[in-house]
Amino acid sequence: MKLDQNTIAQLAEYLESAELQNKAVTKITDRYPDMDWDDAYAIQSAIRKRKEARGTKIVGLKMGLTSHAKMKQMGVANPVYGFLTDYGSCADGAEIKTSEMIHPKIEAEIAFVLKQPLQGPGCHIGAVLAATDFVVPAVEVIDSRYENFRFDLKSVIADNTSAARFVTGGCMREVAGLDLKNLGVVMEKNGEIVATAAGAAVLGHPAASVAMLANMLAERGESIPAGAFIMTGGVTEAVAVAAGDSVTVRVQGLGSVSMKFI
Amino acid sequence: MNQEAIKRYGDELYNAWRERQPIEPLTAREPGITIEDAYQIQLRTIGLRRERGERVIGKKIGVTSKVVMNMLNVHQPDFGHLLSGMVYGDGEAIPANTLLQPKAEGEIAFVLKRDLTGPGVTYADVLRATECVMPCFEIVDSRIKDWKIKIQDTVADNASSGVFVLGDQAADPRKIDLALTGMVLEKNGEIVGTGAGAAALGTPVNAVVWLANTLGRLGISLQAGEVILSGSLAAMVPVAAGDSLRISLGGIGSAGVKFV
Repeated sequence: MKLDQNTIAQLAEYLESAELQNKAVTKITDRYPDMDWDDAYAIQSAIRKRKEARGTKIVGLKMGLTSHAKMKQMGVANPVYGFLTDYGSCADGAEIKTSEMIHPKIEAEIAFVLKQPLQGPGCHIGAVLAATDFVVPAVEVIDSRYENFRFDLKSVIADNTSAARFVTGGCMREVAGLDLKNLGVVMEKNGEIVATAAGAAVLGHPAASVAMLANMLAERGESIPAGAFIMTGGVTEAVAVAAGDSVTVRVQGLGSVSMKFI
Repeated sequence: MNQEAIKRYGDELYNAWRERQPIEPLTAREPGITIEDAYQIQLRTIGLRRERGERVIGKKIGVTSKVVMNMLNVHQPDFGHLLSGMVYGDGEAIPANTLLQPKAEGEIAFVLKRDLTGPGVTYADVLRATECVMPCFEIVDSRIKDWKIKIQDTVADNASSGVFVLGDQAADPRKIDLALTGMVLEKNGEIVGTGAGAAALGTPVNAVVWLANTLGRLGISLQAGEVILSGSLAAMVPVAAGDSLRISLGGIGSAGVKFV
């Protein structure tokens, strides 16, 4: 840790205010270039505590930067994680207000719901599949609080990995018999196909993302509880959305998820 | 373009293929060349290969994604001929020196059990006429130097066909949602691309519908037994001797290839 408790509390307030008031801010590493990974997660954790103190419920966890290519590009060995809030949860078919966000983008994802807890280190795909109750298609609406998307990874972690809204829907499926690696995903915006991909785009296999989350949490003495809802990271590229856009994501064998931005 | 020029460019492309020597883009030398001219040149090169003993065993559809259409500034796909000398089996080794500047694409291949004669061929007609779908590697190659192609260059050059590899399994298209079939492309053990069937004109079936109707207007039918490559599902990947690649398609199977 390079930052003191006071600075962490200030930065948490700075970033949470940016989120709640939809006002873009400059990236925090400009002012604190020496901050480390622990500082970044400490700021995220302080934001979480601010929300919980206000009565917000934390309803799940999310992974970010789960593409091997992007990790290589940014020169890091691990993805990043954040948390999901009750007010971020949107139903299939929801109208989502862009006026409550700065510059939203969407990513198609596969979400896991666990029936057993997962504890790292040493968590692997087999353990994740054994502990999974079901998978369900989801769309994450990310909204970086940083001006013009100018950020680095530590700033992103502190900003709760750009978490904003998420839409869950379609069909739930047990993982047995499901080919998650080759699962096809098609994203349409206003009736036009804007992205296609397969499950392997997430760390080679979406379950690898959950295993990595368990292993990263273990480094902080935490684990994933039974019943947890986990968004495993974008299968597709992030696509910008604006008021008026309709989006449908179809997932092989898992139905579809739709939403409209107003 | 006159017949003499069509024959000349056709011969030039055929020789470029046979001697593995790339040529300058035709569009740089014949600014007025049309897509129709380019198909005439393609037919000339196919005729020369047939004279040498090869047989037409199918067709390939190219330029099926928005990205490639925008790159070539066209709003429709193109097609080329598949010849008997182009086909490899799953896991076979391809000598890299038989190709000029190869790139790999993951696709879904259709094998027909009935003829399809356009115009008027529908989505349902294609499903009805399809015996099976298979995972397929298309190894595209260009006889045009440094892939500096415009649409007319690639059409004349048999839609940049090289060779293709059919995979290990065949599936019934009636039981698969081809638009949502996921595709994963691995090169030397690393995932280098993923996509889904919808990347080819919304669904690979649409690509075959387009081909049957386009050929129909030229008086050509797709024949029972023909293999149709329906278009790339992810960005193409350059390959060289020493590389080994695998594609897998959700619910269909996989195909492997290595270059030696």
